[in-house]
Amino acid sequence: MALSWLLLILLALAVIGFFAGRSRALASAGGNVRDLHSLPSYYGYNVALTALVPAVGVLIVWLLAQPMIVNSTVSGLIPDQALLEGSDRGLIMSEVRRVAYGLDGAVASGAMTETQARNGNADTDALTKTLKDAGQILTQDVTQPILVAAQKFRSMTSSGTVAMQVVVLALALLGAAFAYVRTHKEFRARNVVEQGVLALLLLAASIAILTTIGIVLSMLFETMNFFQLHSWKDFFFGSTWAPNFRGGSELSILPLLWGTLYISVIALLVAVPIGLFAAIYLSEYASGITRSIAKPLLEILAGIPTIVYGLFALLTVGPALVSMFGDGGILGVDWMASSNAVLTAGLVMGIMLIPFVSSLSDDIINAVPQTMRDGSLGLGATHSETVRNVILPAALPGIVGAILLAASRAIGETMIVVMAAGAIAKFSGNPFEAMTTITTRIVSQLTGDTDFASPETLVAFALGLTLFIITLGLNIFALYIVRKYREQYE
Amino acid sequence: MDSKAIKIAANNVQVYYGDTHAIKDVDVQIEDKTVTAFIGPSGCGKSTFLRCLNRMNDTIDICRVEGDILLDGEDIYDKRVDPVQLRAKVGMVFQKPNPFPKSIYDNVAYGPRIHGLAKNKAELDDIVEKSLRRAAIWDEVKDRLDAPGTGLSGGQQQRLCIARAVATEPEVLLMDEPCSALDPIATAQVEELIDELRSRYSVVIVTHSMQQAARVSQKTAFFHLGNLVEFGETGQIFTNPEDPRTESYITGRIG
Amino acid sequence: MTDISQTPNAAPTTKPKGGSLFEKDARTKRRNAAESRFKMYGVAAIGIGLLMLIVLVTNIVTAGTGAFQQSFLELNVELKADKLDKKGNRNIKDIKKVSTFGYAPLIAAALESEVEKFGIQTDLKPKAMGKILSKAAQAELRNYVIADPGEIGKTVSFRFLVNSRVDGYLKGRVTRESIANDKSISVEQLDFVDQLRDAGVLYKAFNPDFIFGADASDQRPEAAGIGVSMLGSLFMMLVVLALALPIGVAASIYLEEFAPQNRLTDIIEVNISNLAAVPSIVFGILGLAVFINYMHLPTSAPLVGGLVLTLMTLPTIIISTRASLKAVPPSIRDAALGVGASKMQAVFHHVLPLAAPGILTGTIIGLAQALGETAPLLLIGMVGFIASNPPDGIVAGFLSPNSAMPAQIYEWSKRADPAFYERAWGGIIILLIFLVTMNTIAVLLRRRFERRW
Repeated sequence: MALSWLLLILLALAVIGFFAGRSRALASAGGNVRDLHSLPSYYGYNVALTALVPAVGVLIVWLLAQPMIVNSTVSGLIPDQALLEGSDRGLIMSEVRRVAYGLDGAVASGAMTETQARNGNADTDALTKTLKDAGQILTQDVTQPILVAAQKFRSMTSSGTVAMQVVVLALALLGAAFAYVRTHKEFRARNVVEQGVLALLLLAASIAILTTIGIVLSMLFETMNFFQLHSWKDFFFGSTWAPNFRGGSELSILPLLWGTLYISVIALLVAVPIGLFAAIYLSEYASGITRSIAKPLLEILAGIPTIVYGLFALLTVGPALVSMFGDGGILGVDWMASSNAVLTAGLVMGIMLIPFVSSLSDDIINAVPQTMRDGSLGLGATHSETVRNVILPAALPGIVGAILLAASRAIGETMIVVMAAGAIAKFSGNPFEAMTTITTRIVSQLTGDTDFASPETLVAFALGLTLFIITLGLNIFALYIVRKYREQYE
Repeated sequence: MDSKAIKIAANNVQVYYGDTHAIKDVDVQIEDKTVTAFIGPSGCGKSTFLRCLNRMNDTIDICRVEGDILLDGEDIYDKRVDPVQLRAKVGMVFQKPNPFPKSIYDNVAYGPRIHGLAKNKAELDDIVEKSLRRAAIWDEVKDRLDAPGTGLSGGQQQRLCIARAVATEPEVLLMDEPCSALDPIATAQVEELIDELRSRYSVVIVTHSMQQAARVSQKTAFFHLGNLVEFGETGQIFTNPEDPRTESYITGRIG
Repeated sequence: MTDISQTPNAAPTTKPKGGSLFEKDARTKRRNAAESRFKMYGVAAIGIGLLMLIVLVTNIVTAGTGAFQQSFLELNVELKADKLDKKGNRNIKDIKKVSTFGYAPLIAAALESEVEKFGIQTDLKPKAMGKILSKAAQAELRNYVIADPGEIGKTVSFRFLVNSRVDGYLKGRVTRESIANDKSISVEQLDFVDQLRDAGVLYKAFNPDFIFGADASDQRPEAAGIGVSMLGSLFMMLVVLALALPIGVAASIYLEEFAPQNRLTDIIEVNISNLAAVPSIVFGILGLAVFINYMHLPTSAPLVGGLVLTLMTLPTIIISTRASLKAVPPSIRDAALGVGASKMQAVFHHVLPLAAPGILTGTIIGLAQALGETAPLLLIGMVGFIASNPPDGIVAGFLSPNSAMPAQIYEWSKRADPAFYERAWGGIIILLIFLVTMNTIAVLLRRRFERRW
């Protein structure tokens, strides 16, 4: 029975429960709605929710927990000597799963009977051939320990699934029955239903926490695995990034961090002056009409997906810069060899961040009280003197916060640097050279053929965690500054 | 009380906010070295008119001023007049104390710095001290000139703003309900200060409080619904008003 | 200083001190110059920003519109029955046995007859002539025949895609100079193309297959389309809508209407504002680790993409929903509570319907954001997958591997043949049309239902 059928049955049960509960409530009041404590539909909702919620809850937990339990049990079955050179339990387990799914597929397509599939003493060579003939994907020949493990995996999974269906359906029926029996005109159905709904609302709100926990845990475990395979000293304090899938990699974050910061600094050098002056003009000088046209137009820049900026950098800005600074370029300087360069990525990222800086600064400048301006203008200061000497100093903390938020965006930006920054990790001060960033390396280590047992892949999780911590720190700090600033004028 | 020289003369002044006719045909003469009070109910236009006198209304896009306002016989709305230069001569103190988020010293030194009134640090120090003394706050702040101006009490902040205004050596000082945000003690201090300032400046004060107008001013102008109803010696306005509207307001029947 | 006693007039006017107001002093002039300079910086900043926008948009339009046109060669092909259906019974199984190679001679013959018909002079061998056609040409013809076996035996006029180099030549991207080192096309072939063009059988036309078609392999940029990945994006957006909207609204209702002032609420709020600023690539890592490595959901599936984008979009939706809930004045709640409704009833019957337009606006904006997001899709394998077949059915739409519009664009930008770049820009035009439409709907909704309390 597929999952979708199970869900449909649960849903049907809930609908039946709704009508049954409602009519029972009405019956208990002799058909007189006024005698009921709550509106009749609340009795229906009560039965439906009591049937549905615990069952679905258990279903979700079961679906999450079953693979973990099956995996740990089955991987314990594999003897250590079955581990091949350069392999590990994780790899073997994925092979086990592959064989198990292959057996499932072969049984389903009729290439094999269920008894054959369960035969623990089957000839592995013949089995491999049968599976391959049936069109199942295997990366290597089936060996005895793997077959045993795969069969255990299959039996555990299928019995687990059956058990899950039984438990979930039983729970739903029990819930419905319990709520149905309780249904009586004196029963405070509305209060119970509202309590239930409130719990569901709280659950929805908690998803934010679950996501954060998910992010941290998903990266933390793999990072710990990484540090078992690779020295943390090299990661944090080494000087070279040279992944080598044959081993002996040097995986230091520092050159990547350098590239990331260099590009971010260039981006901010573009975005901060332009964004800030644009914000000053819009909030202090522009007439209502200019403001209502220019502001949304600038904000379009923020709504354009980063893939567009990436392509713009790769195909337009990069070649344009090369035609200026490259060999035979307009300036005749031959500084730039390839369109992939720190400058390319930085410039384009700067354009992307202009509206980010300008709208945040605009808000902040507008929060400076009008009395401040009046005070300065009343003393005979010009508008620009007022801005420079009074408004900007007053708005400074907020603007610093805005810049930090922009910096955090720059550091975490992926597409522009993936497409335009290059792939070479090095410490260099030359903006015309290609360099690489943390996000770029995460993408390149995790795409293509990945082996989740090698440090070269796992390093991506350590990079991701570091990136997460850096951006989170910047954000918390920036939001704190901005909030403090707002409070000052409230 | 004998007449003094006319510092500001306003003739047929009309002010419009968009389509609203906010000030209708106002004529008023403001004398030098005199405190002139503008009184009237809320929304009567007294603050609007005050802000015309140093062209602070320029900052509001939809505001339009017609008629002549002459300072020392020169039309301040003339195309040749730079509002910046004008405001150096006609200083302003606002309803809510608005010290800049800077030190006390920098607050006072702000005007002299932008107008280039001091040649060196010593001169600037001198101006700051003199201004703070004139605003009767020197003794309270002389030991903490580096402290932020925003850290002072409300009354101190307002006196600091007055010091800031007098530091640019204005000839006229406009005060827009300077005591409305202050407690009675601070109000008394500021009123006392206004009386002292009269010896050097022409002071125009907008106030809600008739008692205050009676206490500090020599001349009083009563505004009602954008019209200047009555203008004359303070004593006369309060004891023997000519216009029935003035009388109603003073006796508390309208307002 | 005016001396009153010397003036006979009773109310004399003071004289200006230190210079007339009508003359600007040097310092004021200097300060005014600084003022205009400062203002100019502001104008310049806005100008640069807007200029960038214009450059970007012009660039997209000029580089991308070419993708909507494609060069075709129209040939009269004789679908010889003895080649395509040897048994002559029009059995579809037998017809399918003829591979694409079987169609090559038919096309070559058609091309030769065309050359003869127009009296085109060329030294090219028939094989070299055929090279100007797309590698997809035979497959195109085969699909046509399989779809309609009744045409066998007839001579049909058929529009073939030409090779991307020839297409580029017609669009001005490829020139005789630029192909000096290009092995896949020669100057003679271009001469031949010129003659065919003059004869009117080789021409550019609107190419709906770019919008609705599937991606093609590296070798056939002329056949690549964005349609299938558009479906991928559609299925992802369905997942996002189905999950993010209810969860987001439920979370917002809780936080805005019911949450007590306690630590848990604080933690949730801090989490939401921080999640909004987490780099999107981190969500990709989360998706890879949790949905693919742990839950073993299928790689490259729109379901997984949708789940990841849901988590990314939730903070946006929660923030805007809370804002619109907050905008409903307390008097509405009080009114409902006053007639004896429970808090829950007040919220669901009165507050939520009033906040609905705002919620919808926020949701559309959130969806638009999710639609353009690329980075997380890289990590869950939606890039690199060649979306060559549309999914068969709804379930397959969610679960079978697919690409998505931004992922498809990225994929094209990585390929070696510059003909793909044109398609990448074209893809961006389509993506931006979607985004502009969604944002316009959001703005119109906001205007239409905006309420001032």
